[in-house]
Amino acid sequence: MDWLSPEEWQAVALSLRVAFWATLASLPLGVLTAYALARWRFPGRQLLNGLVHLPLILPPVATGYLLLLAFGTRGPLGSLLQEAGIVFAFRWTGAALAAAVMAFPLMVRAIRLSIEAVDPKLEQASATLGASGPWVFATVTLPLVLPGIVAGIILAFAKAMGEFGATITFVSNIPGQTQTLPTAIYTFLQVPDGEASALRLVVIAVVVSMAALLLSEFVARRVARRVAGA
Amino acid sequence: MTLSVAVRHAFPGFDLDIAFEAPPGVTVLFGRSGSGKTTTVNAVAGLLRPEAGRAVADGWVLFDTERGAWLPPHRRQLGYIFQEGRLFPHLTVRQNLLYGRWFAAKGGPGEDMGRIVEMLGIGHLLGRRPGALSSGEKQRVAIGRALLASPRLILADEPLASLDEARKAEILPYFERLRDEVSVPVLYVSHSAAEVARLATTVIALQDGRVLRQGPAVEVLGDPTVTPLGARGAGAVLEAAVVRHHADGLSEIEAGGVRLFLPRVPHAPGSRIRVRIAAHEVLLSRKEPEGLSALNILPGTVESVRAGEGPGAIVSVRTAAGTILSRSTRRSTEALGLAEGMSCHAVIKTVAIAPEGVGGA
Repeated sequence: MDWLSPEEWQAVALSLRVAFWATLASLPLGVLTAYALARWRFPGRQLLNGLVHLPLILPPVATGYLLLLAFGTRGPLGSLLQEAGIVFAFRWTGAALAAAVMAFPLMVRAIRLSIEAVDPKLEQASATLGASGPWVFATVTLPLVLPGIVAGIILAFAKAMGEFGATITFVSNIPGQTQTLPTAIYTFLQVPDGEASALRLVVIAVVVSMAALLLSEFVARRVARRVAGA
Repeated sequence: MTLSVAVRHAFPGFDLDIAFEAPPGVTVLFGRSGSGKTTTVNAVAGLLRPEAGRAVADGWVLFDTERGAWLPPHRRQLGYIFQEGRLFPHLTVRQNLLYGRWFAAKGGPGEDMGRIVEMLGIGHLLGRRPGALSSGEKQRVAIGRALLASPRLILADEPLASLDEARKAEILPYFERLRDEVSVPVLYVSHSAAEVARLATTVIALQDGRVLRQGPAVEVLGDPTVTPLGARGAGAVLEAAVVRHHADGLSEIEAGGVRLFLPRVPHAPGSRIRVRIAAHEVLLSRKEPEGLSALNILPGTVESVRAGEGPGAIVSVRTAAGTILSRSTRRSTEALGLAEGMSCHAVIKTVAIAPEGVGGA
């Protein structure tokens, strides 16, 4: 990897780590939220829907600032979590939190659409054959929703890799701590001889995004073929 | 085991209020769409919670709103055969078949997979997924899946309604075998008189959310006052034995000492069959007709003449073979002067006996 400077490599590795953990940690909550929005009727459902989608519409800087207010060391959640030994402010974990929040609406949307496409009659059939609620979900709903979950994961991962505004506002741009691929590109563009470094990082961003996209297409097609039953 | 069901539920613009008993064998809920059949079955399955009612069999309580008892669907030990099959598209046929067994009580009285697969003729499909099956094959797998869940009760909601006539003819014999070879009681929803005539041990005739009449199939279908599908769908059922098959393509059957001819049936000589005779295919004659091309002429006595609101009338005739219904116009029954107790002859054209209305008894 000597075609990347240590600083560039650091940014790429950090971005991959941030995106990986942001996606993995938000997945269970994403599936639960998508299921709740698709299937349950409860008071405050529209509010939850709005809240989930807020980061998609809000200026990312505003989301980052709200995160800073809530999860900063003096914020109400931040100070609580600090006592438990969890710190987000100006750490890579904070970058992961920002990325997760920003990617969440994309993940939930993809999963929710595929849950809505599952025929509840199949779930009824499963229940009459003796499956309790969790078993119905595990043996019927989840396998049928899998293409949507894969799509959600890949979208969220790609979004998390590219998150800029909320990250830089919430956890700043500290090399080795919070300097992800996009913030590194931004930094290199600010210095006189940084353009070559920026270009190399852009190439990596393109390759990673394309790979993610192709992978998702491949997986979705395989799952679809299985379900179609050929 | 006799299942006793009562369901009361108000929908917008429609009230369901029915109670019936389902003795062993196939009990058919028979009526037009919208008469409350599916709602009733879904309440028994636990997929719909009725406002009031109960379903109890030999101390086994599925639900009883008075006592606040409600078993969730997955604990009712059912085999539900849906109209649209509802096979799991992501599982193979084998996995679909074994799905219910996975949840069934271990060591319970399980049906033998090999026997069911053979009975339904689906052995060559086991490795495929439902997406690659024809509609008739799917429905056979759905029957197998329900049976292999070791159910205490089988529910079938118009399992043939989505199939064309050829597929229906393919599946109906499997339900007859189900009735004859599997000891589990079956609650079967249908709006097809032919299906009812072939399958039903007991018929519950429903109309607008009420039970019109319930009882053995031959009695209920032979009752001219019970026409859940309207007079056009009326038709009595005779129970007969196959005597022999003739070389000219006809089969000779015997019912109550009377010989009848009908288009060749697949059943072997000696076997008991049921024959549905649609009321609009039966002519009545005061005198014994002569020089008529119809092969089946049954002497009998008029039991009742029932005129509807329109120009039609249904005459029920008691013959040695059983009760036969005849649908004609009010004008012709008046012209013949038909009245209760009068002797007459029922004339049935051989080719008018439809093969889909003939089944093993």
